[in-house]
Amino acid sequence: MSALRRCAWMLLALALGAPVFAKPYLPIDDDAVLERLPERTDPSLRDVKRLRAALDRNPGDLALAARLARRAIEAARETGDPRFFGQAQAALAPWWKQPDPPAQALLLRATLKQSTHDFTGALADLDRLIAANPRDGQALLTRATVLTVQGRYAEARADCARIARLTVPLVAIACDAAPASVSGEAASAYQALSGALAAPGTDAGLAEWAHTLAGEIAQRRGDAAAAEAHFRAALALDPRDPYLLAAYADFLLDRDRPAEVVPLLKDYTRNDNLLLRLTLAEARLLEMRSSFDAHRSDLEDRFDAARRRGDALHRREEARYALEITGNSARALALARENWKVQRESADLRILLSAAKAAGDTAALREAGDWVRAHRLEDAAITALLQMR
Amino acid sequence: MKSLLALLFCLIASGAFAHKPSDSYLTLERHGAAVQGQWDIALRDLDAAITLDANGDGEITWGEVRAKRAEIVAYALSRIDMVSGGTACPLEAADALIDQHSDGAYAVLRLSATCPQPGPALSVEYRLLFDIDPTHRGLLQYVEDGRTHSAIFSAESRAQTLGAGTAWQQLAAYVHEGVWHIWLGFDHILFLLSLLLPAVLLRHGGAWQPAESFRAAFWDVARIVTAFTVAHSITLTLAALDVVSLPSRWVESAIALSVVLAAINNVFPVVSHGRWLAAFGFGLIHGFGFAGALRDLGLPTGSLALSLFGFNVGVELGQLAIVGVFLPAAFWLRGTWTYRRVVLAGGSALIAAIAGVWLVERAFNVAILPTLA
Repeated sequence: MSALRRCAWMLLALALGAPVFAKPYLPIDDDAVLERLPERTDPSLRDVKRLRAALDRNPGDLALAARLARRAIEAARETGDPRFFGQAQAALAPWWKQPDPPAQALLLRATLKQSTHDFTGALADLDRLIAANPRDGQALLTRATVLTVQGRYAEARADCARIARLTVPLVAIACDAAPASVSGEAASAYQALSGALAAPGTDAGLAEWAHTLAGEIAQRRGDAAAAEAHFRAALALDPRDPYLLAAYADFLLDRDRPAEVVPLLKDYTRNDNLLLRLTLAEARLLEMRSSFDAHRSDLEDRFDAARRRGDALHRREEARYALEITGNSARALALARENWKVQRESADLRILLSAAKAAGDTAALREAGDWVRAHRLEDAAITALLQMR
Repeated sequence: MKSLLALLFCLIASGAFAHKPSDSYLTLERHGAAVQGQWDIALRDLDAAITLDANGDGEITWGEVRAKRAEIVAYALSRIDMVSGGTACPLEAADALIDQHSDGAYAVLRLSATCPQPGPALSVEYRLLFDIDPTHRGLLQYVEDGRTHSAIFSAESRAQTLGAGTAWQQLAAYVHEGVWHIWLGFDHILFLLSLLLPAVLLRHGGAWQPAESFRAAFWDVARIVTAFTVAHSITLTLAALDVVSLPSRWVESAIALSVVLAAINNVFPVVSHGRWLAAFGFGLIHGFGFAGALRDLGLPTGSLALSLFGFNVGVELGQLAIVGVFLPAAFWLRGTWTYRRVVLAGGSALIAAIAGVWLVERAFNVAILPTLA
């Protein structure tokens, strides 16, 4: 074996052996708290455990399984913890591989497939649902979301138009605003959305989500004041929504206000997305140096763990980490390209473009410019990146 | 309406996995019959399976874990099996320790196992948590002879067969297994002997005559052995690659039948010149038998071709050793009455009788003879 190969093996063993070299210990104090469960912060999450116990006693009960899956999906959204997605999938196990399961199971299965970026599988399930019931509002809404993530805006908007007759105006307007705002109609989409949000008596959860979306659209349009107002309105309705926290942190980082990110996210270091934003903020703050070093090493471990288990769900975040923290533009570009093959949201294009610029890859730059022109994407940050070349 | 909203939001927000998902870390290190290891399982995952948080306050304390240490070990060990050389390697674990990973606290189990009949490969079947969370993964690190191999257990891929040592050591181990299989598998030896016994003789007008030259006898043997080898290599490969699979009871019965027919043919000759054709035809069936033996040993997924090749080479070497002893001796004795009457006729009759009993045993799944090997 050559010296080089031996060296490579040692490095591999070292990398893989990291958990083995850590020192396991025997705690002394019985009262020492080793782990905090998510239900510590939200006792309603105990429902998931309770429903799981009930389903164990009545396996194959579709209504019960669907309730558990739905509650677990909600829990995954609230906490950002994918274990709940896994538990939802386990609840649907009897129907998971069936070609034609009952509609209730099929919709939840599509939702879970979407959550693991199996967009093709999700669309196949949704197409089947909608073919069976063209007035299935949930299925239409879910399909519009998947199509938007894939950059298939015209098809997404067609689904949103079909929803208009099936639900309250704000849902249909928000459904349409997501694809419309990134395909040449940002101004009218924003106006329609903020107008609908002004109407009284809106469900708080729905308003929180619509405000988050409005904030993102305003931010892309370069209207920082409006964006901030929407994000703050959303935070007032749900201060713990991880998606909202990430969006607002990104806004603050864009506005060069890293000091505000730290108190916002310091209690959410278990969430990789939020830990990344926190680390990005700490990188810009001299006084946060030691905390930055610790968080950076944590992030490194998390990406490493994801790679070891064969996950490709972190690519957007990992590309951003490679570009903005480690300064490895070639790696960032490779990750951003892989990510762009699967997801085509504004943020995906932005990291692709930033990495391409840093790596000096003109082909990728041209590709990104073509996309912006073809879809008439309006995003102040992306426009600035394209102009600066 | 309410449920419509719930779904809408979770879809929007679930664009990426935010937390680290459920993984366990399993390290196994093998030295011959002994396997040592460590298994790190997240306390959160154990809580989902066997409820560590006894008082339900959302915090897992050391006291709560300590009270369930035996249960943690029993639960974990009921979710893993190791097999080597066709025999289970029972696992034991010391009491759980605690370790901090980047995503929280883990229970650490120190594992040890002894494989009573260690073969070249170690098969591990992993079933932890898949019933609770099908997205769970077991990240395995396997060390043998200073080499590290990593693998991932998932709900779709629960079994891993881990190879032994370097490619050369692995090849040598499979060659060794192949040799032993042909020596200990009496049915293959008896079949070969039945075909070889008449090779030093010639059939003339209903009677056996000694072969005129060693050369002629040698080529007759070479034809038979080559035909048998080519045939069983074909089916062994097809079966090992899962291209063709036959029920083992059928295969084992057919092998016994092939021995009966080959032996009877020596006592009441029907086929005398085309014995190599019989060797080829029945060799195809014997190949499926070898494949069954190889499967029992476990095939490392990473080096299927290598182990297949090694096993086959071993079978050939074992076969050649038998031929190397048989041919000179038989040639020397070929002119004697004893060879023709006792060895050829009597021996063949005995072989046919033994194989006939095997045939009944295997076809009807009953035990008549004491096990030979």
